[in-house]
Amino acid sequence: MATGNFAPCQQQGALSARTRVVNDFSIKISTVNGSGSQSANSVLMKSIFGMGVPVGGKNLFPSNIAGDPTWFLIRASKDGYAGRKRDSEILIALNPETAEADLRALSPGGVIICEEALNHSLNLDRVRDDIFFYPVPFEKITGTICPEAKLRKLVKNMVYVGVAAQLLAIDLAVVENGLRRQFSSKQKVFELNFGAVKAGFDYAQANLVKRDPFCIERMNGTAGKIIIDGNAACGMGAVFAGVTVVAWYPITPSTTVIEATKDLLKKLRLTPKGKATFAVVQAEDELAAIGMVLGAGWAGARAMTATSGPGLSLMTEFCGLGYFAEIPGVIVDVQRAGPSTGLPTRTQQSDLLSTAFLSHGDTKHPILLPGSVKECFELTQAAFDLAERLQTPVFVLSDLDLGMNNWISESFDYPTKPLDRGKVLTAKELERLGGEFARYRDVDGDAVGWRTLPGTMHPKAAYFTRGSGHNEASEYTEKPEEYQAIMDRLARKFESARQLLPAPVAVRNEGAKIGFLAYGSTDCALCESLDQIRQRYGQQVDYMRLRAWPFAQSVHDFVAAHERIYVVEQNRDAQMASLLKIDLAGGQAAKLRSILHYNGWPVDAEFITEEFAVKEGI
Amino acid sequence: MASATPSPKVNYIGLPILAYRGGKSTLCPGCGDNAISERIIEAMYEMGVEPERVMKISGIGCSSKSPAYFMSRSHSFNGVHGRMPAVASGAIVANRTMTTIGLSGDGDTASIGLGQFLHLMRRNLPMIYIVEDNGVFALTKGQFSATADLGSKLKNGLVNRLPAIDTCALAIQLGATFVGRSFSGDKKQLLSMLKAAIAHKGTVLLDIISPCVTFNDHEGSTKSYKFMQENDEPINEVGFVASFDEIEVDYDSGKVYEAEMHDGSRLRLRKLLEDYDPTDKANAVRILMEAQEQEEILTGVFYINTGKPTYLDLLNMVDEPLCTLPESLIRPPKSALDALMAALR
Repeated sequence: MATGNFAPCQQQGALSARTRVVNDFSIKISTVNGSGSQSANSVLMKSIFGMGVPVGGKNLFPSNIAGDPTWFLIRASKDGYAGRKRDSEILIALNPETAEADLRALSPGGVIICEEALNHSLNLDRVRDDIFFYPVPFEKITGTICPEAKLRKLVKNMVYVGVAAQLLAIDLAVVENGLRRQFSSKQKVFELNFGAVKAGFDYAQANLVKRDPFCIERMNGTAGKIIIDGNAACGMGAVFAGVTVVAWYPITPSTTVIEATKDLLKKLRLTPKGKATFAVVQAEDELAAIGMVLGAGWAGARAMTATSGPGLSLMTEFCGLGYFAEIPGVIVDVQRAGPSTGLPTRTQQSDLLSTAFLSHGDTKHPILLPGSVKECFELTQAAFDLAERLQTPVFVLSDLDLGMNNWISESFDYPTKPLDRGKVLTAKELERLGGEFARYRDVDGDAVGWRTLPGTMHPKAAYFTRGSGHNEASEYTEKPEEYQAIMDRLARKFESARQLLPAPVAVRNEGAKIGFLAYGSTDCALCESLDQIRQRYGQQVDYMRLRAWPFAQSVHDFVAAHERIYVVEQNRDAQMASLLKIDLAGGQAAKLRSILHYNGWPVDAEFITEEFAVKEGI
Repeated sequence: MASATPSPKVNYIGLPILAYRGGKSTLCPGCGDNAISERIIEAMYEMGVEPERVMKISGIGCSSKSPAYFMSRSHSFNGVHGRMPAVASGAIVANRTMTTIGLSGDGDTASIGLGQFLHLMRRNLPMIYIVEDNGVFALTKGQFSATADLGSKLKNGLVNRLPAIDTCALAIQLGATFVGRSFSGDKKQLLSMLKAAIAHKGTVLLDIISPCVTFNDHEGSTKSYKFMQENDEPINEVGFVASFDEIEVDYDSGKVYEAEMHDGSRLRLRKLLEDYDPTDKANAVRILMEAQEQEEILTGVFYINTGKPTYLDLLNMVDEPLCTLPESLIRPPKSALDALMAALR
């Protein structure tokens, strides 16, 4: 029986007895990249979910295949906060390289579960005297249950799941259930993994004396909810929007958008004869990917690509053509820290300005800004309808935090409206019109012309699509008035977009003088921060979450209704604030202040609250 | 009773050649590209292709303007420089039932667009890729392109010191299934090759030497009319018998290679180069490399493979165009979403 489980400090009473902390803490699992900890982390997270506790997982991984440090954060939050918690309370330390630094970063009164041998070699228990120590002989336990040496590295991870489950009072049956689902088709793999979980659980039960206050208790916070990452949700959105052509080039962190799309298409979009109602083309680069999207969109397909900053840069010229020649297409940009390669595995919201005006000449593109995984699903779907309705490339700006991390969400709703395929003239309609058709004529007053698709069997159906100057009938022109007429109509079309794009979501309080504006994955941290601001400073503030650019009139109204507006975003240059300043009427722009987070890690509530307090002088 | 006005001549689907005409060319009078447009019109007319069933895709350059000068009843997409292959690929997978013709130039293909060109060849998508090859960037007033032959001279006396990129050799190596070279001034050869190209299922690459009368038709140019008339060495005489033609001519199989095309028509290549086998990839590339060494301009069909699956086959797509599939086929039912949600709980 091991008795030396606790740091000497505990005997000195530095850790006073605390009230239990239930369903409200963050676990940091520190491993080496490539050690295969992902499924173990996922099982632990889903076990907490299985206990009915709202939970999320963030993978803070390096741009490396194997060897560099990686962290997985699991946040259990009875209040449903899903943003990154700045400090973790529980550390599972399996990486000797970062163990000491990780330990120093733990919240006072926190917990460390570490390899026993690691504790001996690094003297971890001497580093801090305000932490509960649980050394566990992971290597030894794994050796006894897994004779196959090459599997040990993977199985070891499941041992810490068992230890954590026991210490946190997670029902072993829930863990078992989760594992069974994870390895549903592989009984042997399940048995091996559950054996490891059980070994860890049993070890903890027999050898560790629970002294820390953290535990999971069953609650009813996850009924009907799901856990999913934003990229999978985008992929799902595309599939339920009826995407038919996908062209792409692999790039982190957007790759899994396409992988999810592809998997779902293969599952859901084969005819009874086994034929595909889709095409997924891995292109030679992003230039080709967007070229294929526009070629397919021009021919009438629902086409999409997914990329990240560097890929978006390469798509620049084509996106200008798509705008000017008025071709539908959906581009999902999962933002990462840039410029250039930047931090490919870290998050940012820094492609906003470049996307808004992507290309040369007078160009501007509608942008959708999902703020949750559910909106990744919904707005990706909406993007297809909008692209065809507005006959233009439409961008969905997600980011690595939203896209690659695990989020709890309400179940996604099945679309209630049929697909909007936009203004397309058929041969029959052309016949009725007596062949009277000009591709770029604004016949309906919404600045969107009618188009025909190649293969329309009418002698007047064809038109010549070009990026060079053209008139209403899509004929080549260099006449100043004809060129300008097209440019002016395109500007009017952008105004039409304002009416069609998803409206912002506002939370208003009577008499609040201060308003917040934010978008995308910043939402989760900001919502938590607003609660902190209310609790700590007694301040009632309003919040409007932007969901699209160009902005709706209600954004202008929101700014006008407040004395000060804080724009919270995850980039250095206040890109959303810049877009707002372009749009806002004189005087209003002076109300804007920025809270900016751009170190590559997801923004956290404490950061926003502290910045706000400093700027407000409270 | 007065005799009836003779009805205008029509092709086998009942269309006059007028139905295949395009807008007035704005290229220089005498430009080889105009002759190629004429041959395309004749080939499409003679093959009885419905103009509405054709997509014309191009990049940037003089060549890429030419889709405006033929077949106005076909949809056309003039894209960005060097990216015709991507646009064409997207359009073809969106609507596999169309006949697609890609118009590009030597700058568009062999300089800025080389990457896309190569990858298109690998995929063997069904389309006709035409390089209107004049060896210069004409729209920017006559700089060498990457297909300019070693030693060829510009008007100002500048001599090209870099080896030419042979688009035919590359296409054969990478997977195109119908590869040939012709000359805009050789009406008969070009027309036969275009007709066979229309019948072929897979990527056709035709490099057509198309002299630039303004910037590259002088003494010392290897892409001038005069040079081509003197140095054009056909490796085979190209004959084509459409599937709807009844004519049956006996031929000597020792002297003629015959390929049966996907639509039942026949391509007949009368061997001019001894024992030239147009199905032998390695030999075709060797012949082209040797010709370049010896500063010869070979024309004719270098390579044909009528059996290789196209990229569309590999994609396992439905036969109907993806772009017009009804909602019931492209949006999965509610039960599918419910099942996905259940699995995520």
